[in-house]
Amino acid sequence: MKQKLAKVYLILVFIILYAPIIFLIVYSFSQGETMTNYHGFTWRHYQTLFSDSRMLAIVANTLLVALLSSLIATLIGTLGALSINRTTKRVTRESLLTLNNVLMVSPDVIIGASFLIFFTMLKIPLGFGSVLMSHIAFEIPIVVLMVLPRLREMSSSMLDAAQDLGATTRQLLSQVIIPFISPGIFAGFFMALTYSLDDFAVTFFVTGNGFSTLSVEIYSRARQGINLEINALSGVMFLFSLLLVGGYYWIQQASRKRKHRKREVAS
Amino acid sequence: MTRRKTWLYFIPYGLWLALFVIAPVALIIYQSFFDLGHHFTISNYSTYFQSATYLKMTLNSVWYAFLITLFTGLISYPTAYFLHQLKHRQFWLLLVILPTWINILLKAYAFIGIFSQAGLANQFLTFIGIGPQQILFTNASFIFVATYIQIPFMILPIFNALDDLNPAFVNASRDLGASNWQTFRRVIFPLTLPGVKAGVQAVFIPSLSLFMLTRLIGGNKVITLGTAIEEHFLTTMNWGMGSTIGVVLIIAMIIVMTLTGDQRPKGGTPR
Repeated sequence: MKQKLAKVYLILVFIILYAPIIFLIVYSFSQGETMTNYHGFTWRHYQTLFSDSRMLAIVANTLLVALLSSLIATLIGTLGALSINRTTKRVTRESLLTLNNVLMVSPDVIIGASFLIFFTMLKIPLGFGSVLMSHIAFEIPIVVLMVLPRLREMSSSMLDAAQDLGATTRQLLSQVIIPFISPGIFAGFFMALTYSLDDFAVTFFVTGNGFSTLSVEIYSRARQGINLEINALSGVMFLFSLLLVGGYYWIQQASRKRKHRKREVAS
Repeated sequence: MTRRKTWLYFIPYGLWLALFVIAPVALIIYQSFFDLGHHFTISNYSTYFQSATYLKMTLNSVWYAFLITLFTGLISYPTAYFLHQLKHRQFWLLLVILPTWINILLKAYAFIGIFSQAGLANQFLTFIGIGPQQILFTNASFIFVATYIQIPFMILPIFNALDDLNPAFVNASRDLGASNWQTFRRVIFPLTLPGVKAGVQAVFIPSLSLFMLTRLIGGNKVITLGTAIEEHFLTTMNWGMGSTIGVVLIIAMIIVMTLTGDQRPKGGTPR
């Protein structure tokens, strides 16, 4: 009985979580012009979407910013995690972590507004560059937070062993540390990617006039009312997210399996 | 590893800390002391604390954020709890996370359709005999959509806390004769409280600053601190006042962080 109640509750939550998304996608195939009363199947809105060169350019921009910023943020964040992990003084480590988390907990508007002041003062033109820099900036802390736990799990005896066997700093890093923390690095990269693709507020502040990302574009179109082209866009994006999540899950499972196998060999 | 080499690795991260963490916070505080004519003044603060409009807006914003956090928590805790008992829980957790990968603007946009005059929600209300209502552009719709968006961010930390919970404690409690409810109240809930606190942090602060939802769903009826900041920065171009509200928001954030304890936000990924 209790089990059943729990199941019903979970099903309800999942329905609520997914209904809006399914609703959006269903109407992307409707012949009507609004999201009321389904009017029969059509690919028309997808055709409009794929011939909308402005939208396609914005999609390309968004993906470029997301990939580029995540790569750079992963690099800087991993280096940051490595150096935080090497600090021996507790005070230094704690204050570094606090500073690291400032952007994690700051509201988007504060990040956006303060970056806008920052770029304006330095006379950095608003556009691709400012958006890219902002994305890198707010993605770094999540990478650090994903990598640090893996670094902590690493036993120092393993590092000592490597050093005793004559490994140089570079070898230690590339042959021992990086392979061990790579699941954390991957997780950090994916989270950074999510943050970038999902961001609206920060981009909205620092984007200026010429440059736009998907979120900003959807915002301005949604303010004008319903347009089923946006529904078609959500269909495409949902498929894309599914692929990303699937890829992420697969990587996680693969690394878990590898770990199990290693453990079996060891025992 | 030699000391000097490790410092080299620190340079990019250190630069980031200086330029994108410390400098912006300093700048927003600095900017809050300038009025429209670029004079150094504390008039922004005196205006803010003397104006009934600003104070009411702030209280309102906090109240809405509180409601959103409360509803999110009430829905998320049981969800995380039941999810954690499932067999393929990592998979189900992934399904909870999946909607957060859909752009937040698209989700808001979906609700514009669902809540519209002839939309799904009104069709349902007509069907059960209540008749169509104005749903979009009300405070309730704002809270509903905000809660919807925040749920996964609350489920995750609670789920992680449940995962960290040593089942031996639960078994011990049962062996000592505690009922299910007692076990939950005395053992499980206190031990997963850090997760709840992390969730509150992850939900409350963003809820203070959601500005596009107030526009798209709330129809500008709800003005949050975030809306006010956006308005001052991008519409009226009064950066001084906008920064002042920003400083207030930062202070609100620090208060929330202190109240919810030293909980570092746990990242939102399944392990």
